Amino acid sequence: MAKLPLTEQQLIEAYGPHLNEAPPGGWDAGLEIDRVVNTHCCFCGQQCGIKLKVRDNAVVGFEPWYEFPFNEGKLCPKGVKRYLQGSHPDRLLHPMERDPAAPGGFRQVSWDHALDRVVGEIRRIQQTYGDDAFAMLSGVSLTNEKSYLVGKFARLGLHTANLDYNGRYCMVSAGAGSKKALGVDRSPNPWSDIPLADVVWIAGSNVAETFPITTSYIWRARDRGAKLIVQDPRVVPLARTADLFLGVRPGTDSALFGAVLHTLIRRDWLDHEFVDAHTLDFDDAVAAVADMTPRWAADITGVPAARIEQAAEWWGSSATGMLLHARGIEQHTKGVDNVLAAINLGLATGKFGKPGCGVSTITGQGNGQGGREHGHKCDQLPGNRDISNPEHRAHVASVWGCDESEIPGKGIPAQEIIEAIHAGKIKGLLSICFNPLVSSPDSNFTAAALDRLEFYSVIEFFLSETAQHADVVLPGSLHEEDEGTATSGEGRIIKINAAVEPPGEAHLDWQILLDIAERLGKGKYFPYKNTQEIFEELRLASAGGTADYLGATWDRIENEMGLFWPIPEIGHPGTPRLFEGGRFFHPDGKARFHGVPFKESAEVVDDEYPVWLTTGRVVSQYLSGTQTRRIAGLVAQYPEPLCEMHPQLAERIGVTDGDIVTVTSRRGDITLPARVVNTIRPDTVFIPYHWPGAKAANQLTNRAVDPISKMPEFKVAAVRIARSPGHVETTDRRDLELHEGPS
Amino acid sequence: MRYGIDDSPVFVIDQSRCIGCEACVQACMECGTHRGQSLIHLERIDQATTTQTAPMVCMHCEDPTCAQVCPADAIKQTEDGIVQSALKPRCIGCSNCVLACPFGVPKYIADFDQMMKCDMCTDRTSEGYAPMCASVCPSEALWYGTIEKFNETRSGSLLRDFMFGRQEVRTKVYTVVDELGAGALDVFAPTRSHWLDDPFGLEQEALDG
Repeated sequence: MAKLPLTEQQLIEAYGPHLNEAPPGGWDAGLEIDRVVNTHCCFCGQQCGIKLKVRDNAVVGFEPWYEFPFNEGKLCPKGVKRYLQGSHPDRLLHPMERDPAAPGGFRQVSWDHALDRVVGEIRRIQQTYGDDAFAMLSGVSLTNEKSYLVGKFARLGLHTANLDYNGRYCMVSAGAGSKKALGVDRSPNPWSDIPLADVVWIAGSNVAETFPITTSYIWRARDRGAKLIVQDPRVVPLARTADLFLGVRPGTDSALFGAVLHTLIRRDWLDHEFVDAHTLDFDDAVAAVADMTPRWAADITGVPAARIEQAAEWWGSSATGMLLHARGIEQHTKGVDNVLAAINLGLATGKFGKPGCGVSTITGQGNGQGGREHGHKCDQLPGNRDISNPEHRAHVASVWGCDESEIPGKGIPAQEIIEAIHAGKIKGLLSICFNPLVSSPDSNFTAAALDRLEFYSVIEFFLSETAQHADVVLPGSLHEEDEGTATSGEGRIIKINAAVEPPGEAHLDWQILLDIAERLGKGKYFPYKNTQEIFEELRLASAGGTADYLGATWDRIENEMGLFWPIPEIGHPGTPRLFEGGRFFHPDGKARFHGVPFKESAEVVDDEYPVWLTTGRVVSQYLSGTQTRRIAGLVAQYPEPLCEMHPQLAERIGVTDGDIVTVTSRRGDITLPARVVNTIRPDTVFIPYHWPGAKAANQLTNRAVDPISKMPEFKVAAVRIARSPGHVETTDRRDLELHEGPS
Repeated sequence: MRYGIDDSPVFVIDQSRCIGCEACVQACMECGTHRGQSLIHLERIDQATTTQTAPMVCMHCEDPTCAQVCPADAIKQTEDGIVQSALKPRCIGCSNCVLACPFGVPKYIADFDQMMKCDMCTDRTSEGYAPMCASVCPSEALWYGTIEKFNETRSGSLLRDFMFGRQEVRTKVYTVVDELGAGALDVFAPTRSHWLDDPFGLEQEALDG
């Protein structure tokens, strides 16, 4: 019975998002502090170091942490204002049960009552429909310890195969591509390699808005004379000064990469020695690009052939180079193909395993890297192990103290879990740290799916749009209320320190999972007294896997300001750069080329839906916005989604900047203001996805997924656009809202 | 990084590196001396045609125009050359300084009935720390450090002498230009061809060009 207890508007009035403008007690109150805690930002995969100022068990401000080597004090606006998620009026303080008759739609209940109800429903559903009819969805804002615990809890506590996580919408195409080609799912490089590159190629990543700190690394390369290539359907802020801009049509990245490889081969800009000694299947890649001339690719991608040749020349003739890619090439039904095509360029020119060389994803989520390694991915066990591999299962069973047969097999990925809920095959759900109603494609479908659950319980700190559907709400913990580790996009394990204790009756996330496991009669598998004990077990469980944390200790992680895995033995220095000496992680040590033919996206434009839609993020919001839509300063920067379009398109449909437009796809429609800029392709519109309900860009997106990674195609859909009544001023509301002064 | 008195760190703005993220605006608001009130400006040049944005701190002129035109003698300079916000008891809110500043920095803030502007985070710099905005700036468009460090690690040249009509202005804050010795910019010269003239190859470049 996971329908909304009240209307969306009534729920928003009761549980937010409301805006937190200032620290507890007002702007002047945070000036005197009890202590400062060295920790990290709770948002993206860069995991910037930050100092939180604490007074009276509340975070009241921040201070730059200059000594932390990754960011040396730098922060984006989200990092600066992250502390305002604490002491927030929307914070969930008590367990609650759905009750349409109660004010706000939920009534406060005791922990005992809430946990008994959750466990009773898990048992009822599993006894009635089978174990796998109860699913769990998780997220990678959780620490390594919590990610590991969720993996073990779902398998041994819930005994369900159906556990997956929100990284399914983020890093899985990159992970799958890297594993196929290189034998491991980790960035090949520490970020300190970027300044050593002679050419930096950013493919499908709005670095300035989504990984702002990385811009400083890129500029350090440029200060040495490096060339910058940016490949994107929009002239994103970093692109403005780029040496070369490749303004690709959405969904055509593999055609562009193919034409570059074609050119490298034709001009013999290859590292034959490297290819011969360290790779396999080059012939497959050569055959696939035989007809992919720059002229052919120009027609498909919309990028002039001369620019494609120029990119090939710079990449092929530079001694060092790094190609960094993100969701722009990965969130496609051919996301894995795109990643493989990018890696081909690195392998062909020998750009791996050396300073300033690599082809790497930029991991999106805070603990996207570490979280996916340790077991809340439907097909993985800790240490990046394969849940279908008998040896891997046996190792993990020996650490968990269970029989191998007790560990369920491979489950279904996040989008398929939602489809299975919609189809009535999955009846019950427990979720933590995931807001699929905003972040999943085709949000009308997701909402209908949630309505069909017989029982839904959520562990959350704010009542997210998905959590509004819950039967039982379990108030969990914020990032700054618990300690543990996370692993950044560089593969650097870092230490998260607790600054404050959970308020009210909120509990630490891991304790809630332990309480449920205890009531399910599985307490013997979860004997932890603190999160450090979970980490100690994680080390052993990961040992011998590719993501080997055996030699990592909390002390070393903290004292050395991070450690790069693999760390296969005690005292091992860690491994900042992978593949040194051309040794890849496949058993034979060789990397694999892949032949990547070009194929179109799942949906292409036609007469009825003639415009390409692509979605993404803005700098002031993070993912589904559960946290950042509650912080006043961040909301003021970009209060609502805008439909970015080129003046040529705007003229065709008769709108100017600020006019209201309705954008319609085969799934749904959205009505929002137009932002007319000539920094986007004329055949494409862009809408950021951070908002729910009528403002959700994902009302338009397509549920089609990559056959290997199961990543939905957030980056390409076909839409039509028409003018709607109304006009707003979209330009720079910041001055109006942010500069009103102390209140 | 904490600077000693002999390091003589300087503040540098390189507008070309600005990514418009507003980390500076958000961080300025966290400065202890004016918490809740941001005093840095982030200008959007022409949002319809470019993502170029320009962060603007007070340039801290050696002979500040704002102080010259203040009828109440409310704008003072510290010994280090930091031009401060108007003294609250003296400021009459006339906005002469707002109109006169060649860089458009001072703002009259009605809530306080006072001119307020960037004071280079005196509370931080006096302790050897970088100002808030330059501490957090993700792209190092706002930068704080020694001139030696700048010359060692960064491209571009430092400039701090400006002409506004016949008025010569020397500032404490530096800005970055490509080449100091390149002479005056010829605004009538033909523009250098650049992909930015036609980012999507709509006009100048044929697809096979």
